[in-house]
Amino acid sequence: MPAFPATENFSLRKVFSFQHSVLPGFSLTMGYSLAYLSLIVLIPLATVFFKSTELGLAGFWKTVTHPRILASFKLSFGASLIAAAINVFFGLNFAWVLSRYRFPGKKILDALIDLPFAMPTAVTGITLATLYARNGWIGRLLAPFGIEVSYTPLGVLVASVFIGLPFVVRTLQPVLEDLEVEVEEAAACLGANRWQTFWRVIFPILTPALLTGFALAFARAVGEYGSIVFIAGNMPMVSEITPLMIITKLEQYDYAGATAIATVMLVFSFIILLLINTLQAWSRRSQKDA
Amino acid sequence: MTGFVTQPDSPPPARTPTRATTEPLLVRVILIGVAFLFFAVFLLIPLAAVFIEALKKGWDTYVNSISTPDSISAIKLTLLVAAISVPLNLVFGVAAAWSVAKFEFRGKQFLISLIDLPFSVSPVISGLIYVLIFGAQSRFGQALRELDVRVLFAVPGIVLATIFVTFPFVARELIPLMQAQGNDEEEAAVMLGAGGFTTFFRVTLPNIKWGLMYGIILCNARAMGEFGAVSVVSGHIRGLTNTIPLHVEILYNEYNFVPAFAVASLLALLALLTLCVKSFIEWRRGGLEA
Repeated sequence: MPAFPATENFSLRKVFSFQHSVLPGFSLTMGYSLAYLSLIVLIPLATVFFKSTELGLAGFWKTVTHPRILASFKLSFGASLIAAAINVFFGLNFAWVLSRYRFPGKKILDALIDLPFAMPTAVTGITLATLYARNGWIGRLLAPFGIEVSYTPLGVLVASVFIGLPFVVRTLQPVLEDLEVEVEEAAACLGANRWQTFWRVIFPILTPALLTGFALAFARAVGEYGSIVFIAGNMPMVSEITPLMIITKLEQYDYAGATAIATVMLVFSFIILLLINTLQAWSRRSQKDA
Repeated sequence: MTGFVTQPDSPPPARTPTRATTEPLLVRVILIGVAFLFFAVFLLIPLAAVFIEALKKGWDTYVNSISTPDSISAIKLTLLVAAISVPLNLVFGVAAAWSVAKFEFRGKQFLISLIDLPFSVSPVISGLIYVLIFGAQSRFGQALRELDVRVLFAVPGIVLATIFVTFPFVARELIPLMQAQGNDEEEAAVMLGAGGFTTFFRVTLPNIKWGLMYGIILCNARAMGEFGAVSVVSGHIRGLTNTIPLHVEILYNEYNFVPAFAVASLLALLALLTLCVKSFIEWRRGGLEA
């Protein structure tokens, strides 16, 4: 009993080569979902690409290769890459410890890992900026070594590490917990030491999840605004991130310029999204094999 | 599905560590130590800093900071925005999950990717798209202006941007859960003569209520804490279009650090509450299945 009677000419069931089911509501829920998705997400996002054609190819290229914009790309992508690599390392440590060992405080550790995810970005931003400022709790300890974090590119890195951590931990944790102990026992029986077992047996199984976590943390850090903008200091050519450049262009009423930068970032996001989906398909396959 | 916020449904089976499949004590201690050190520097100290900075000048200053007219209006606006955007995304999430999880059709994976899309878009771009549509430079924006309808730099724009950034939360929580549960119970209900809505409310809903609740609290936390997207569309009109995160930014940029952290601590409390509810739901879910 579909809520919308299927007409001869058009039917969602036909479009999706829908397989018959006794459950009702496919046309209703699918129709509603598609309409809402189009109105809120797809049509507005499409306007970005539509608007960016206004500049023409030459104008587009000139906007996105302006030295200040290029410097922001370098900082945003560079800091995010390094941050994601740091997160993979410590994220694996966290996921390993949480899924394998028993120790006091584990429950709290496990619950608070999601803090960067739950904490509003502006709160993260002002807190990190204050902590790592020259007179802040952590900044004060680093200052004697000549290390300045707040209002430098290093600050961008610190904020990117903060927001990316849960992505790696939460991607790895289920894979580590599903890992069958028999695999490791077999490796041990065959004479592998613990390091060999980890490096040659466990690590290959974890690789897709590690890469997925890396890509998720990377993508999040590249687009992040609130957590980073307070600690970055926003000096032109030095510590301006790409999302800030979009806002700067908007404040100058340069809508086409803002859109051009946004287009580059969107294309990048889609590539990462595609990569993540491919990785997860790979991960599902390799888990099945394992 | 990228399940980075989803924790495994059941606790891992208790491992009885045997010598061959665990690490030497020293390695374990080092790994746990590194995890705790990283945890303290990157998560615990920032969390504590929010509250310590907020209460630096005593309880009275704290209460005064969060009860100024501007703070109160920011709190009211944030509650209003969440009260509109969360239910809308809830209805969408349930409809999308029903159509995706209960039926087989072509292009399902692609649809799931589209639903996830807002997560991979920078918050600044999420705001930009609505500026492009409703701004004074667009024909649509001008037409609305002649009708005296204000979207940008007004509450509707903030609501739209918030809906965009919180779009996937409920759906992505429900889809894997409903897929895992299968259709048997619903099919039995329909065979016994229950209608679509009866089947949903009496059979499906009791099975998904914890997942649904989890999706709602995550959606709500993000809706109340969103900064980047809202910052682009709000116009920062004090007392009118300032949400809590935007108010925090203004106070901080005016060097009113204690009031800024006082208002920010409200959002930090919300984040902590979200994590508590999340842990509780996970514990319930685990308990029900065991």
